[in-house]
Amino acid sequence: MKKGTLKQILLITDGCSNKGEDPSATAALAHQQGITVNVIGILEDDQTEDPQGLQEVEDIALSGGGVSQLVYKQALSQTVQMVTKQAMTQTLQGFVNTELKQILGSEQTMEDLEPEKRGEIMEVVEDLGETCDLEVLVLIDTSASMHDKLPTVKEALIDLSISLNARIGRNRFSIFSFPGKRKDIDKVLDWSPKLDSISSVFPKLTSGGITPTGPAIREAMYQFGKKSLLRSFRKNDEQDVENA
Amino acid sequence: MMNKTSRTHDFELRPGMKIHGKWHKRSYLIKKKLGNGAIGTVYLCEESKKLFALKISSKNSSMTMEVNVLKSLEKVQGNRLGPYLIDVDDWLAPNGSTYSFYVMEYIDGQTIHDFISRNGKEWIGVFILQLLDDLEKLHQAGWVFGDLKTDNLIVSSNPPKIRWIDVGGTTQIGRAIKEYTEFYDRGYWELGSRRAEPTYDLFALVMIFLNLFYPSRFEKGANTKASLFKRIDKVQALRPYEVCFKKALTGKYRSAKEMRQEIAQRLYNTQRKVAHNQKTPSDNYPPILFESIGITLIAFIYYVTSLLVY
Repeated sequence: MKKGTLKQILLITDGCSNKGEDPSATAALAHQQGITVNVIGILEDDQTEDPQGLQEVEDIALSGGGVSQLVYKQALSQTVQMVTKQAMTQTLQGFVNTELKQILGSEQTMEDLEPEKRGEIMEVVEDLGETCDLEVLVLIDTSASMHDKLPTVKEALIDLSISLNARIGRNRFSIFSFPGKRKDIDKVLDWSPKLDSISSVFPKLTSGGITPTGPAIREAMYQFGKKSLLRSFRKNDEQDVENA
Repeated sequence: MMNKTSRTHDFELRPGMKIHGKWHKRSYLIKKKLGNGAIGTVYLCEESKKLFALKISSKNSSMTMEVNVLKSLEKVQGNRLGPYLIDVDDWLAPNGSTYSFYVMEYIDGQTIHDFISRNGKEWIGVFILQLLDDLEKLHQAGWVFGDLKTDNLIVSSNPPKIRWIDVGGTTQIGRAIKEYTEFYDRGYWELGSRRAEPTYDLFALVMIFLNLFYPSRFEKGANTKASLFKRIDKVQALRPYEVCFKKALTGKYRSAKEMRQEIAQRLYNTQRKVAHNQKTPSDNYPPILFESIGITLIAFIYYVTSLLVY
């Protein structure tokens, strides 16, 4: 039995986009391609937990079919891996729900099942989450305000790879930063199974105030297509659910 | 089924509210809040004059996974490792959303920290052995506790026994640890992976007892192993366990049983040494007595023989 590959973009930012197309729209586009978009918004230490400007964080994740979380940089490590795992479960549950609808009728979801049955289905979801392959493209906002947060981001990413590499399924990570020097995004690390290979410094920071989040997500989406591993993602996973 | 993390907290229940089960139709009267976990909130509740602990959360799938763990722990024969599961159900809240909840045995007791400061540090050894016993049973059944930490343990009384109250992080051996807390996580300390192995729990167990003496915890430092070892060395009360703790931190024990045996042996030896040391002052007296008697005797014999010769 061939396990499918889950594809995720993990956007780490601390502010609003101010250039190019609406990031929610590009996130929706990515979602259509079978890529989940998760967003982590890093708060300044003196920011309240519900700042006005970061509503965008939630919106992008919503249309990207993913998970969002606002967090102070001290808690970044735990959040990064929680968000990634939650998004995996969510995506897999989505598939299972689609299957259930086909079997049980259009209005049935997991919540409509009694707790005992639900438990059995969750076991399947958990098994899939443990064994499926995962591709995470990390998209880091490197605009000036992120400067003091980048070391923490790096630590959190190494920690994420420790967590995910404890799974049975295989992982591939890549890191891109935006805004790029000439393009919308710059490659920091090409697809690789581990993140401990992150070079000691992130690329030189752009001093300007531009944050082209929308175009960055669009570009990131194409990075999945550039690999040889290109397979029909949805098709694969639906087969898996049937087999499981 | 969007299980999105929201910044708004879970629905807060107030004492006096009644939770009605959608499927099994049992209802529970909320008495007070017991604690907040990563996934949900635990309340003390009452049904037919009996007290239970009720955990409720909007994260339905995570709750279902926890229930699965509790059920499989019950299959571990002849031992109650986690709290006993009473009921699993959904509650349709007045605000229109559905919350998952489960009801379990209410274990009353105090934290290890409180217990040891009230009853003395000699209990540390007892608790280590108890925890290792239970961990061995759990590992034998194919599970690893995962999120083993002070908050997830309680000391119930008569006789004092360490009980596990939150088993949400329990993971099948060989998989990725489901839930962890940085301070207790060997991955964070760069001393191992986050794969569920018996050694993962043994690491966390040592950190529980370190946390007793460093309640505000401490920073990682550049050399994580050296900084952990230094912290152990600094605590007088941990001296009997020093060697075993260091072995557990570096993953030298293959099983909880192996660690248990060594600790039990060392405890036995130190107890005996202590007992022996207490006796020696009074033991010291007789040899001197014998010696002086002996010397007098020899002198006397020498004197008598010298008399006889002349």
